[in-house]
Amino acid sequence: MTTTITTEAVRVPTSSLATEARAALVVWEREMIRFVKDRARILSSLAQPLLFLFVLGSGLGSLLGSTQAGGSVPFTTFLFPGVMAISVLFTAAFAGISIVWDREFGFLREMLVAPVSSASILLGKGLGGASVATLQCLVLLALAGLVGVPYDPLMLLAMIGLIFLMGFMITALGLVLAARVRQIQSAMPLVQLVITPLMFLSGALFPLSGLPTWLAVLTLVNPMTYAVEPLRSVVFDHLDVDAATRARFDPGIVWGTWPVPVAVQILITVACCVLLLALAVWRFRRTE
Amino acid sequence: MGTPAVAVRGLVKRYGAVEAVRGIDLEVARGETFGFLGPNGAGKSTTINILCTLVEPTDGHAEVVGLDVVRDRAAVRRRIGLVFQDPTLDAPMSGEQNLRFHQELYGVDRRRAAARREEVLRMVGLWERRGDEVRTYSGGMRRRLEIARGLLHSPQVLFLDEPTIGLDPQTRGTIWDYVAELHRNPQNQGDEEITVFVTTHYMDEAEHCDRIAIMNEGRIVALDTPDALKAQVGADRVALTTDDDEAALAALRSELGLEGAVREGAVTVAVPDGAGFVPRLFDRLGHHGVGIRSVTVTRPSLDDVFLAHTGTTIRDAEAGPGAARGLHPMAMRMRGR
Repeated sequence: MTTTITTEAVRVPTSSLATEARAALVVWEREMIRFVKDRARILSSLAQPLLFLFVLGSGLGSLLGSTQAGGSVPFTTFLFPGVMAISVLFTAAFAGISIVWDREFGFLREMLVAPVSSASILLGKGLGGASVATLQCLVLLALAGLVGVPYDPLMLLAMIGLIFLMGFMITALGLVLAARVRQIQSAMPLVQLVITPLMFLSGALFPLSGLPTWLAVLTLVNPMTYAVEPLRSVVFDHLDVDAATRARFDPGIVWGTWPVPVAVQILITVACCVLLLALAVWRFRRTE
Repeated sequence: MGTPAVAVRGLVKRYGAVEAVRGIDLEVARGETFGFLGPNGAGKSTTINILCTLVEPTDGHAEVVGLDVVRDRAAVRRRIGLVFQDPTLDAPMSGEQNLRFHQELYGVDRRRAAARREEVLRMVGLWERRGDEVRTYSGGMRRRLEIARGLLHSPQVLFLDEPTIGLDPQTRGTIWDYVAELHRNPQNQGDEEITVFVTTHYMDEAEHCDRIAIMNEGRIVALDTPDALKAQVGADRVALTTDDDEAALAALRSELGLEGAVREGAVTVAVPDGAGFVPRLFDRLGHHGVGIRSVTVTRPSLDDVFLAHTGTTIRDAEAGPGAARGLHPMAMRMRGR
């Protein structure tokens, strides 16, 4: 080497929490860029929850209304937080399995060969999915007044937080499912297979009161139950209903005879988020 | 000059019963452009994947800029740039967004980031198109963007796995121009000279390398400079068109002791150093009054080298036993996808 011209070379620093955070953040940012660009997806994924809310909700509501004395809440009001959960389920699960596309088009490789932990990459994906799911739900939240839910700022804030948490959990679940899938065609049925029971067994569509034992047990082992119930609880806290009506529409979660406090439900959801993300990281490390 | 860019000893990689890499030794100096040649399935990609820390070797030892590829995985990754055989760009993002993503992922200094992006984008001629989504780029542009991205974090070794695959000859030429540019432009290398480790199965491209290794069936069968390898294969061919071929043949025999032959309308002789031979040729044949109209010196090609070392042409080696012969290598690859 004869001449050594030292220009400012760009040096990559050694690993630190800051570099890991930057990696996660840019993965999140990419999810946002994609979300904003994909307007068709935003609109089409709103259709399903709106159908659930206004068609299924009104239809079943008229049936229930006829058998019921006064002092009740409209079925659509009950369904409102449930529909949020359904929207989150599908949006977030989709965000999670979108990593199969990343693999198919090669971009996953670009992410996984970087000198950062794959946990940071998957964390970014999880945050991205949660953000997308939350943004989708903002549109639904705006319709609260139509179904008799008040626009209480504190309630809305609490709902947004809970929706984000739920979104993260489901995105992480999607990542776990996507870890071994090579083709998007095979990912779709797999997600349907997992998401549909989670939806039906979560109390999103009907109250968890007076269920047959087998069904009650299934709802109690479904992690989604512990993410949906806090959401409904927040809504009912801000409704003007008597105790009997609330017990009927929002019975809470009971283990044996112990009514599980909302704080514990949230803790369970957080634990599920951590566990699912860890599982996803483990599965990705083994496949890539 | 310090540690070598790449040092490999007794490297073995087995996939079940298949031995993809069967014990190779290799050393690449800093600043070299090192070519790795061989047909598909020769073990080139496996070797490069081991060096890039993407695959763990079954046996043996590999170091990149003095760092063990298994023990110091992250450290190695920070010092290398990668361009894979298959595209790894995000099509819905713009060219510049792809680069920014890479910088954030590699945690490069934000103050320098924008300037560096401009530098590499200008270098590969994509600065004007930086805001366009990658999906609108041609195959050649995507390749160039990937090379630019590979250089973003000022790597000490740039690994290019089949960087010209599927590109038209003109674009292939451009890609090699950029590789040559890397060594000339100190801005792209910082205080340490960049090493380029490139695999290809286009024989003509190996000419761009300082040294090449020819790999076949998991082993390195030849390793030297392109010229030295060609010299091993043997003589240059000198072909001359003359006014009188018979007289020229006779003069070659009597004056220079060479046995020529008339091939495709030209008097052809094989000599060790064709370029050095031409002045003597004129001198001696001039004495005999043989009019020479043109002289062509042909050096042996790397195709000849490959043939000499493996007993087969690269195309046939790729086609494998029993496969249709005479197909263009590209056609073979397309069918393989």
